[in-house]
Amino acid sequence: MLELHDIRTFYGNIEALKGVSLSVDEGECVTLIGSNGAGKSTTLRSISGLTPPRFGQILFHGRDIARVPPQEIVRLGISQSPEGRRCFQRMSVQENLDMGAYLRRDKEIDADRAHVYELFPRLQERRTQKAGTMSGGEQQMLAIGRAMMARPKLLLLDEPSMGIAPILVERIYETIAEINRQGTTILLVEQNANYALGVSHRGYVLETGRVVLTDASSSLRENPEVQRAYLGT
Amino acid sequence: MEAATVPLSRSTSLRRLREAGGRYVLIALLLVLPVAYGIQDLSQTGNLSRLGNNLVDGLSNGAIWALVAIGYTLVYGIIELINFAHGEVFMIGSFVAAGFFGTIGLTAAAGPAGLLVGLVLTLIACMAASGVLNVMIERVAYRPLRGAPKLAPLITAVGMSFILQNVGLLWLGGSPEGIVDLIRSQEVFFTFAGVEVSNGDVLALAVTIPLILLMTAFIGGTRLGKAMRATAQDPDAARLMGINVDTTISMTFLLGGMLAGAAGLIYALYQTTIWYFQGFTAGLIAFTAAVMGGIGNIKGAVLGGFIIGFIQQISDNRIGSSWTPAVVFAYLVLIMVFKPSGLLGEQTREAG
Repeated sequence: MLELHDIRTFYGNIEALKGVSLSVDEGECVTLIGSNGAGKSTTLRSISGLTPPRFGQILFHGRDIARVPPQEIVRLGISQSPEGRRCFQRMSVQENLDMGAYLRRDKEIDADRAHVYELFPRLQERRTQKAGTMSGGEQQMLAIGRAMMARPKLLLLDEPSMGIAPILVERIYETIAEINRQGTTILLVEQNANYALGVSHRGYVLETGRVVLTDASSSLRENPEVQRAYLGT
Repeated sequence: MEAATVPLSRSTSLRRLREAGGRYVLIALLLVLPVAYGIQDLSQTGNLSRLGNNLVDGLSNGAIWALVAIGYTLVYGIIELINFAHGEVFMIGSFVAAGFFGTIGLTAAAGPAGLLVGLVLTLIACMAASGVLNVMIERVAYRPLRGAPKLAPLITAVGMSFILQNVGLLWLGGSPEGIVDLIRSQEVFFTFAGVEVSNGDVLALAVTIPLILLMTAFIGGTRLGKAMRATAQDPDAARLMGINVDTTISMTFLLGGMLAGAAGLIYALYQTTIWYFQGFTAGLIAFTAAVMGGIGNIKGAVLGGFIIGFIQQISDNRIGSSWTPAVVFAYLVLIMVFKPSGLLGEQTREAG
């Protein structure tokens, strides 16, 4: 479904991705783990078109989208819940969700919104509240819900556990597993490898802009190097 | 930001004062002049009609500033840039109005119906010309600098301002040009309780109020309006929603320019004198209005525009017009000291 071939992305003259290749198959949940600055978020920003790669190919259903503008990428079926959540602070929960459906004109938006409220009942309780007044965990739910409102074929999630109380992280991860079970393909970026390897099928380990290791998630959890560097055991 | 970490007893006492009475101090401050002169009028003439006249004139002048100020505030809200060329976009609106009168042969001899049709056509022409001009300015001078340091587009904005002033200079020469007084703007339209409302006042409000209402409805209710609000709050998040941020920014410049064009027409009809330098003064006043009201906030820009209109009229009429700029900016300084984010200021993106 998604294939990255040796992409190299720059911020000015700084090469953040030094040739990343990975693939995600239909229905999978794939994770990208690594420490701060490894290039995880840059990979997702490259896929979404926010910081297009200077070299390399990004194939989505066989079509190269490396130089396609962000709004077209959303239209093709890739949406993202970005790092730091980035909810529209002065809009209500419901307005935020509706922004997620910005490109859609079909009649099923209401049904999809109801589905998001089903996945995150907390959002329904807060639907008229301004996003900026909610807790980090609630905003994270909103950011994921908002990305779901685009009805993506591929959902990109960037650090859904960052800065959130552990009890909420668990709830969010249960929901991520549920979204994947219901048929949405997921590419998950996470610093917290414990959670990420728990929910995903396969994983890639990123270090300073390069993929250094890839395996089934269950094998990665047993890998001594991964355990030492990312699982803190 | 650095300064905030340095403890200063004076700044904390000032902050306490702001928090305690900020709003009431502001309201009191704004009411000082009208109340003082109202009492003076009452004790001298027994009625308030002079003050009433000041307020009506202030309202129509304020309408022009409000329309121009919205353009500053919209653009600042979405790309955090002070569009210094905006005053000139307003000036070009006035020039197009004067030119268009000549083109369609509109004179004071046209009957009321002919005049109305002519003016509506001129309004459309001015709004279209200024709107398109503003979009072109953005395309040429700001868009290529989107990723550049913030000073770069600021300086190209100053550059565009001077370039357009020179266009005005070439167009109509360097001295103020009188234009035909189509609506006999100083003629009294009606009198109410001793307050005279002139044709110009009626025109200013009849154009401004519907335009402001339409604009607010557009931004609040339409898809594009939502895109504008989302882009203003977080451009990258807006891109992830599938919003074409460049198009949205262009639309913002179009809207701001259209309002400036309408203001240009009102100004031309109201003042019956136009010249290439009018945009500089008007731009400065309207920018002040936008900051006073809270830059980025549309209601604030309108409020700021009207407040400055009132202050100017009261000062012109009571204190002396040579003092007016000093009075206006003294008010600005006081308001800023008590409420640095402006009267209705929201937190901007930078402030969180």
